Amino acid sequence: MSPEAITTPVVDTAKTPPDRAYSRARAARRRKVLITAARVLVLVAVLGLWELLSRSGTIDPFNFSMPSKIWDQIVTWVTHGTALGSLGEQIWYTLYEALLGWVAGVLAGVVLGIALGRIAFLADILGPYIKVLNSIPRIVLAPIFVIWFGLGPASKVASAVVLVFFPVFFNAFQGAREVDRNLVANARVLGASDRRVTLQVVIPSATSWIFTSLHVSFGFALIGAIVGEYIGATKGIGLLVAQSQGTFNAAGVYAAMVILAVVALVAEGLLTFAERRIFRWKPSGSEN
Amino acid sequence: MSANTSPAIELRGASKTFRTPSGGLHTAVRDLDLTVGRGEFVAVVGPTGCGKSTTLTLVSGLEEPTQGEVSVAGEPVRGVGDKVGFVFQQDATFPWRTVLSNVMAGPRFRGVPKAEAKRRARAWLDRVGLAAFEDRYPHQLSGGQRKRVALAATFVNDPEILLMDEPFSALDVQTRALMSDELLELWEGTGASVVFVTHDLEEAIALADRVVVMTAGPATVKQDFRIDLPRPRKVESVRLEPRFIEIYREIWESLGEEVRITRERGAAHVA
Repeated sequence: MSPEAITTPVVDTAKTPPDRAYSRARAARRRKVLITAARVLVLVAVLGLWELLSRSGTIDPFNFSMPSKIWDQIVTWVTHGTALGSLGEQIWYTLYEALLGWVAGVLAGVVLGIALGRIAFLADILGPYIKVLNSIPRIVLAPIFVIWFGLGPASKVASAVVLVFFPVFFNAFQGAREVDRNLVANARVLGASDRRVTLQVVIPSATSWIFTSLHVSFGFALIGAIVGEYIGATKGIGLLVAQSQGTFNAAGVYAAMVILAVVALVAEGLLTFAERRIFRWKPSGSEN
Repeated sequence: MSANTSPAIELRGASKTFRTPSGGLHTAVRDLDLTVGRGEFVAVVGPTGCGKSTTLTLVSGLEEPTQGEVSVAGEPVRGVGDKVGFVFQQDATFPWRTVLSNVMAGPRFRGVPKAEAKRRARAWLDRVGLAAFEDRYPHQLSGGQRKRVALAATFVNDPEILLMDEPFSALDVQTRALMSDELLELWEGTGASVVFVTHDLEEAIALADRVVVMTAGPATVKQDFRIDLPRPRKVESVRLEPRFIEIYREIWESLGEEVRITRERGAAHVA
């Protein structure tokens, strides 16, 4: 909001509502248009420069490809399918693995996080192990999972789970630890059992902590699935990347990345929508 | 029968020592003797941080005394019992529950069927004047309204003993006087025994049958004053009565000394 909008006395707007209110609304609209236009301009400039440099041979078009080729590749995949089958099937495969891994990882993370947050004894025993496991670069487990679980979805789900589990776990743990002591004391005095305190006080107040980790972790689930597919799979976008790379099709690699980005953004949007529904009890605005 | 004749609350030689984060020991309450009769309204005043609140947590069963004995209705306190209601200083309404659901929480926790809990909760919301707000969330209410929700949520459990830890200290002065009157009205219908902790002596005298002055921490009872102002009282008008001022002066003499001690200690800490 512009400073004059704040300092203008209310009386003024009441006296002369048409001009002030109108001009302010127009200024706001103009700003919005300007920002959108600038955004589009940035995109066009970057893509245009890429296209131009590539076409003129300043950068190697074979390695760097160019936006028009990437677009053609996407169109080809959409209309004629990929070498592995239809594009939708590849997307669905990756999404399926990521979702399954995400749900499993989130469930495990939340349950264990809340349990350890509530039961100090458990936290003291398992704490160091979780720290050690967290410090392992878990992405290198992906090849091991392919060996263990084969080329099917199971190995991808497993790598998604290990990536998703830790951020969710740590947030749930922290959320359970940071519960307002007053609320817990109040619930206990009102007659809540330990189980009730956990279910009806600790978990609801930890949800905002958990939700922040859900956003990040869905990205991780996709990464887990893609890396797993890249290493060895029969279907999926990760395999598409690997195959495009294998056939020196740079446009294919980029096209797969674009498709992935769209998938991730849609998932993020859905999650934000769900969050709004769940957190109706929160004061809107300032909090987030 | 003995349960009926025994006092509502009895603390005998109760002490509570906490372990501080730095590893030391902090005695909040030492050798505390306090008896509260049935249906009696006792206000506890003392310097800030002297351990008044700890006394309440001992009675509620949220904390156990390190030494001594705490009984409620003649029976030693073992954990949180079902006779006690507690109104906290900070907001302790559940922000993710609606007003109605907040007031229903107590009965639901205690296994009352949903329909019955709803009926009781509505009756209490009506009594605190929030019937029209039952679908709101706490963040949509004012501080005074949230306190009313807290009162309704406590009273709906029909507590024999009502513990209040500076419940109105976060409210503005006008709202505070209003809430005090409302509290007296609500309480007079229930026959509950009340322990009301505050650092506001005026509030204490206006509300209570007895005012107990605590020493600078570790807290123990310094003096016990009976307040012979007639009931029913209106907080705003009772303040102006000569007898009120007389009592105030008398108690302040006792309390003021403890406040000074606390302040000097604070100064010594800084130096």
